[in-house]
Amino acid sequence: MRKCSLDSMNLVFAEIAKAASLYLPVDGKDGKTAYTKWEDGLTWSNSLNTVRGPKDFFFPQTENLVEFKTSGKNIEIIDTRSASEDFVVFGVRACDVKSFDVLDRVFLKEPTDSYYASRRAHGILIAAACTRPTETCFCQTFGIDAASPAGDISIWKTETEVFWQSNTEKGAALLEKLSALTEECSTEAVDAQKEKIAATMKKLPLADLSTDAFGAGKTKQYFDAPEWKELSESCLGCGTCTFVCPTCQCYDIKDFNTGNGVIRFRCWDSCMYSDFTKMSAGQPRLTQTERFRQRFMHKLVYFPENNDGMFSCVGCGRCLAKCPISMNIVKVMKTIGGKENA
Amino acid sequence: MQKITRDQLIEKAASLLANGTVSCVLGWQKGEFDYDITPAVFETEDELKANFVWNDFCGANFSKYLVSKTKKCEGKILVFLKPCDTYSFNQLLTEHRFDREKVYAVGIPCEGMADIAKVKAIAGDGISAIDCSGEKLAVTTIYEDAPVMIDAKDVLAERCVNCKSKKHVAYDELIGEDGDVIDSARFDEVAKIEAMTPDERFAFWQNELSRCIRCNACRDICPACTCEKCVFGNPNSSLENKSPANSFEEKMFHIIRAFHVAGRCTDCGECSRVCPQHIPLHLLNRKFIKDIDSFYGEYQAGAEVGSRAPLVNYTTDDLEPGEVFERGDN
Repeated sequence: MRKCSLDSMNLVFAEIAKAASLYLPVDGKDGKTAYTKWEDGLTWSNSLNTVRGPKDFFFPQTENLVEFKTSGKNIEIIDTRSASEDFVVFGVRACDVKSFDVLDRVFLKEPTDSYYASRRAHGILIAAACTRPTETCFCQTFGIDAASPAGDISIWKTETEVFWQSNTEKGAALLEKLSALTEECSTEAVDAQKEKIAATMKKLPLADLSTDAFGAGKTKQYFDAPEWKELSESCLGCGTCTFVCPTCQCYDIKDFNTGNGVIRFRCWDSCMYSDFTKMSAGQPRLTQTERFRQRFMHKLVYFPENNDGMFSCVGCGRCLAKCPISMNIVKVMKTIGGKENA
Repeated sequence: MQKITRDQLIEKAASLLANGTVSCVLGWQKGEFDYDITPAVFETEDELKANFVWNDFCGANFSKYLVSKTKKCEGKILVFLKPCDTYSFNQLLTEHRFDREKVYAVGIPCEGMADIAKVKAIAGDGISAIDCSGEKLAVTTIYEDAPVMIDAKDVLAERCVNCKSKKHVAYDELIGEDGDVIDSARFDEVAKIEAMTPDERFAFWQNELSRCIRCNACRDICPACTCEKCVFGNPNSSLENKSPANSFEEKMFHIIRAFHVAGRCTDCGECSRVCPQHIPLHLLNRKFIKDIDSFYGEYQAGAEVGSRAPLVNYTTDDLEPGEVFERGDN
């Protein structure tokens, strides 16, 4: 384990930014925190997390896939992919780090999504332990340890110092570059912080939320549950929960007519939208209740069914904080899961 | 603290259910943390007693829900309306969006609603309970032993700081005393933006709107947005887009929406309340309201049912297009 002083972070950021684009959580003028490209003097936010997750760096909301140009009877197919740049995402929380395990399952499974794979190969995640989790946090429900985040490098921040530990080859290589700015140290301070975080996690209002009632094989049990209607009653059908979610990965592919050709692009889709997965045969989910059910069944039943029991929620709490009507996965788990989950 | 208590509202709802005036109640349902309240339909007194809530976090405007709920609920539906909600209620009636006969509206006074982001800025993260029943909000967090006491006026939502009216403009019955229309400072922020140079103003809006993630929450919560199928969500419209394809896309969506609700927007502020990216969308609408006021005389959408809004009316005193042009860059 290595450490550096909190005061020296600007130098550390400068060193990282020499070889790669560096993005870190920065407080904006509106008081909200967003991943921002580092430039000299920008400081690391003290807030718990960003409004939008780090998913955007690997799976952007919109990206062009391919271009077609027509001239006479010829169609030219143009590969518009640009080479991925090396980049580092700093200060990612344990929940968001876990979200990449979920996304990898989707995009790196054969046939591999080369757009996503390229960014994963070029990106480094520096994950920060959570010293002050908030009431909407429930990562522990999904077995995530906020005190020991995964990622290429894990870091722990104290009042005066930052502690570093690499977990992968990529991480070790980066930490090596920071050797002049960091020094070898014992794990004592980090161990103390881990204990403190563990105690805090137990005090969180959602600490007892369990996944016991969910997982593979539960489709028949919950699909026709009468509670879906009541839960979805006031859902607006907006896409907020899906767009702030670090694991939502549905997208649509569309063609943009340029006049003399086509730009084929993909953009995030939302199961909350009325034309989600609309096909020539029609719309398989006609009501908001069915679309609402899809979102939660996908995260709690279908995904684990197809992915060795892995849930596709990481308990980051963004949907809890952002839903305009405060309907969310926790309320769904407690209601649909019944007594097992109350 | 609200002057009317939860118990008074439950008692009122229960008696209207019992005597058959209404068959269901549109109300606020409690959540996990005392501030995450969900609009819900209640059908029995037991349901009300178990889950109904009325506190400083009941900001949700129920007027728009009446469009769908009046079609679903057999018999009349009871709706509780705060003063600002009654303007949306009237505006929807003006546009014939729901059947007035299917609604029993109970007006309730409002002391202003709290913004949880402002509460957190003072009390910090990890809120385990908020007690709104006393003079001050008592906010308990997992990090402090004693609750943090907060003056409600320090955490008022922006729209409540600039409250335009404590007067109910529609109701079948009123609980408590009615208030007055307020001479608010709600156009001050608009005036600040008007005072910018065109370049500054463009930069201001570009910065704000570039954060848009096109979640459509502003549109879907808006009581003036009740099209059965929005062009921006209709794959057959050729205008549909699910994401901000470029910075023009965002401006196009928000500015077209602002134009579409011009003259009909009551300035309820729901758009800005729900925006996950904290874009001050209400300022676009307020600019339209301010201009309409200065061009055609003061007009408040929803102040009465059936009024002809200036933009859909003609009088010989109407402003000539040339006069608008003469305002130059502004």
